[in-house]
Amino acid sequence: MTDWWSSLFSFENYGELVVLLHNSILAGAILGVVGGLIGVFVVARDMPFAVHGISELSFAGGSAGLLFGIGVIPGALTGSLLAALLIGLLGSRARHRNSITAVIMPFGLGLGILCLSLYSGRSANKFGLLTGQIVAIDDPQIGALAIISAIVIIALLLIWRPLMFASVDPDVAAARGVPTRALSLVFMLLLGLAAAVSVQIVGALLVLSLLVTPAAAALRVSSSPLLVPILSVCFAVVSTVGGILLALGGSIPISPYVTTISFAIWVVCTLIARVRRRVETAGLPAAVAA
Amino acid sequence: MTTTTQDALTVRGEASTQAAPATQADSPSTGGDVVLRLRDAALRFGDRTLWSGLNLDVAAGEFIAILGANGSGKSSLLKAILGQLPLSAGTAEFLGAPIKGGNRRIGYVPQQKLADEGVPLRAEDLIGLGVDGHRWGIPLPSKARRAAIDKLIHDVHAERYRHEPLSDLSGGEQQRLRIGQALAGDPRLLLCDEPLLSLDLAYQTVVSELVDKSRRTRNLGVLFVTHDINPILPMVDRVIYLAGGKIRIGTPDEVLRTEVLSELYGSPVDVVRTRGRIVVVGAVEPCITHTAPPSDGHTHKGDAHA
Repeated sequence: MTDWWSSLFSFENYGELVVLLHNSILAGAILGVVGGLIGVFVVARDMPFAVHGISELSFAGGSAGLLFGIGVIPGALTGSLLAALLIGLLGSRARHRNSITAVIMPFGLGLGILCLSLYSGRSANKFGLLTGQIVAIDDPQIGALAIISAIVIIALLLIWRPLMFASVDPDVAAARGVPTRALSLVFMLLLGLAAAVSVQIVGALLVLSLLVTPAAAALRVSSSPLLVPILSVCFAVVSTVGGILLALGGSIPISPYVTTISFAIWVVCTLIARVRRRVETAGLPAAVAA
Repeated sequence: MTTTTQDALTVRGEASTQAAPATQADSPSTGGDVVLRLRDAALRFGDRTLWSGLNLDVAAGEFIAILGANGSGKSSLLKAILGQLPLSAGTAEFLGAPIKGGNRRIGYVPQQKLADEGVPLRAEDLIGLGVDGHRWGIPLPSKARRAAIDKLIHDVHAERYRHEPLSDLSGGEQQRLRIGQALAGDPRLLLCDEPLLSLDLAYQTVVSELVDKSRRTRNLGVLFVTHDINPILPMVDRVIYLAGGKIRIGTPDEVLRTEVLSELYGSPVDVVRTRGRIVVVGAVEPCITHTAPPSDGHTHKGDAHA
């Protein structure tokens, strides 16, 4: 029992570990901002499934990068950008997009598993791409991650307003001169970048917990176009940084911590929404009677 | 006529001789400036011609209903005017200039569609998108933006629910907001594509009257696609009737007649006026009746009556 517990949580030499892994913590915080922001559009455009498909292709690319010695990050980027473009170009309607995603996702997963099986290097790396890993991220790595994340964040802020218009009301947005098609392709590319960097930390199978769950939780408790992105970013940063801090000492991959925190936030937000709704509907007849 | 429209006529000299008879027949009844001009317009998908030879001038302040059977190309006509579908033949000019895709001076109110959950917008934010949703960047609060939104909220009587999440609003409430959104940016032409669909009778009246009031106070041309003319019959200046690739344009009294529609459909059709309503009873296809959709039972009883 104690063994079990200590592999889950261990805070021995915690201070030193935090110093040693400060790059990972920083990376978690950056990813939280990226995931929280882009998640708002993923939910508004009804694309969680496409995110899943892109991250599987990102996994395939990362594994191929590992196998052929090009490096995980360039491989993951190539894979997810290809997937994002394919889904963006072929699936403009939700129904269409879902079937295209469903077609390419298992293909990507299979390709990734093939590359990993052929790879003869360290096995920790193999597993990490699927389920996330907490390894010491070196300075060049965090540099790459920060640059990609900055591109995503700045581009999102630049196209925020027309992208929101095109996401919630594409017909009217197009009628008013918003370049909906171009925006949707740009968004897919940004999503590809965001998925590729998220795969590094939480793993391909769990990217959704970073790119969808925080935004979905925020939308449970607010409809304000200002408050939703702020809450979503807060939830995502708490999940990633909190998850990394808890995982530091244990011997388990980082993803269970991140996904559990992010799920717990969603549950709390859903309960808040429930209670609020009940109070509202209960309040109505009372108000009429008064 | 303004100089702009005269210029447009001269530029298009050769086409106008061909279109002359139709132009006279289709000239606007209210005598305002022409905001939209279609000449010999046609729309085809492959071998199939939806409609052709459409000549139409829409005047500022004019309310035109577009009627016709399902699949006769009513919505496609609006898409063509929006520049989203290229015309197969002919020309379309808005405010004297050829139409290119996307124009802020054309307001568009699509079929009522409930916003899903998961959209970070409240009622007033939908109108905000109409005000500046086409601009880059994030929507920063400003006095001018607030004032523009306040005015539009007031114009469409949405004060009561302006802070409610979009997904909590009824179809009628959303449709009022959409009109407010379309009115942002000072449009000269309002295109409405079945805006009354699946609204209850009370809201059909509210929304139609809102469109009617807007075109009078703002001097807008209105093209209003509908399968049921009755909610807007008192407001309509002219009717465009599309059927079987053919087009009739005129006042409701000129077009909505048994002999005119029978000729248009090429088969016997009865136009029945009963209790201030117009009901088209078709012998061939049931979908040409101008009654409300099946959910709305009372007009069908009217049919049987007639």
